[in-house]
Amino acid sequence: MKKTKNKLRLSGNLVAFITVVAMFCSCTTVKEYQKNKLNDGEMTLGARKVQKTEMSFQTYREGASGANGGKTGGGCGCN
Amino acid sequence: MRRTCLSVVGIFLTFFASFAQPALKDPTGYKSRKLTFEEANLVTSYYKQDGNNSAVTGGIGTEKLTDISNSIDVKLTRWGKKDLKHTYDIEVGIDHYTSASSDKINPQTISSASYSDTRFYPSVNWTVENQKKGTTFGAGASLSAEFDYLSFGANINFSKKTNNRSGEFTAKAQAFIDRVSLIYPVELRTNGGGNDREGENNYPGTARNSFSGSLSYSQIMNQRLQIMFIAELIHQQGYLGLPFHRVYFNDNTLHVENLPDTRLKIPVGFRANYFLGDKIVLRSFYRYYHDDWGLNAHTLELESSLKISPFFSITPFYRYYTQSAVDYFAPYKIHTVADKYYTSNYDLSKFNSNFYGAGFRITPPKGVFGIQRINMLELRYGHYTRTNGMKSDIISMNLKFK
Repeated sequence: MKKTKNKLRLSGNLVAFITVVAMFCSCTTVKEYQKNKLNDGEMTLGARKVQKTEMSFQTYREGASGANGGKTGGGCGCN
Repeated sequence: MRRTCLSVVGIFLTFFASFAQPALKDPTGYKSRKLTFEEANLVTSYYKQDGNNSAVTGGIGTEKLTDISNSIDVKLTRWGKKDLKHTYDIEVGIDHYTSASSDKINPQTISSASYSDTRFYPSVNWTVENQKKGTTFGAGASLSAEFDYLSFGANINFSKKTNNRSGEFTAKAQAFIDRVSLIYPVELRTNGGGNDREGENNYPGTARNSFSGSLSYSQIMNQRLQIMFIAELIHQQGYLGLPFHRVYFNDNTLHVENLPDTRLKIPVGFRANYFLGDKIVLRSFYRYYHDDWGLNAHTLELESSLKISPFFSITPFYRYYTQSAVDYFAPYKIHTVADKYYTSNYDLSKFNSNFYGAGFRITPPKGVFGIQRINMLELRYGHYTRTNGMKSDIISMNLKFK
């Protein structure tokens, strides 16, 4: 049962890795004058400023934190 | 005579016409070295929660709490030697909360000093960017102070863009050196009790230190899609619980929460933003989290920005979160004397949560409320529910000044 679980986890990780590599191989070079949509304020790869307190209360009320630009633990009496 | 006068008028007009040409831009690309104001953001929020599993009262009792949060950050830039762009980000925040459960640290009073507290947290960050090489280096420091918690933080970061400027790699390291004041529940104080703040100002303190490193990579996939991967590693050591969290054992004895003095956290995140058509932006975020306390969690956030006009957009959102319990959690009166570590903090229990709401954003060309300096207003409301009964509401506003 444990061997089956490990095999499934390994194949899942392999699928994820192949997907990521395939995604990067499908990148196209975008010239500066073609970036009008990418440069839109809503396309920023990060949390909005207005979400600052939302991320803060989620750090206090949930056990997980990090990888989202917010607190990772430390700096507060949070989890 | 007439021909001479007309010639003189013509020469006169030609002379003045030569000054009617628009001033040519300096072809050397001169950039001012003065410190220039770029933008400022004011973020203010009101948060309200309620539930029946307060950690202060051993996993039972009210979790009623309100929090008013305000922060302002100012961004300044200047150009230095060798065409380096320096950016300074100065932020000051102040939160004030009132909590019915914190009031129970000393339940002997009708309303104790623990009922409310104020947190003050300034920070400053500096980055220097070499646009030719596509590299950025930065450093920062922060402070957070509230009655029972003091924190000093520092960070450094480095970014490098790919040659075609479509990808960027970032590495960041951060440290927090914190001090927790040991304010125990009144029944467990060896000095016989007393007020939380009056006449008892020298609570012993203990250390809590956190060190983290993160790596992220962002990539433009095409004209409409960009993605980012983030991985972090966080190590915490010291007093990792809170001294006023009660735990009731099955033999009716009362203890203070006891958690291990180290914790290793590994969150891994993925973001993808896609511009659909001409008016819709789809934003997504997924995070997997694992730590050595036994907690595993998944987070999925989906948001769409609907551009009603170039100056007005609506942003509905939904966030789903699920976590397993830490190995040391048990509800009220379940822990036994055989347990080495124990907590009844429901924030570390097994639960799912849903967070949903909407916001709107306006960027009128003449400024918000007709004030040119106020470049943008964003308002956002969200409702949060947990499967163990806790729920909350939050409303936030962001004003951008330029």
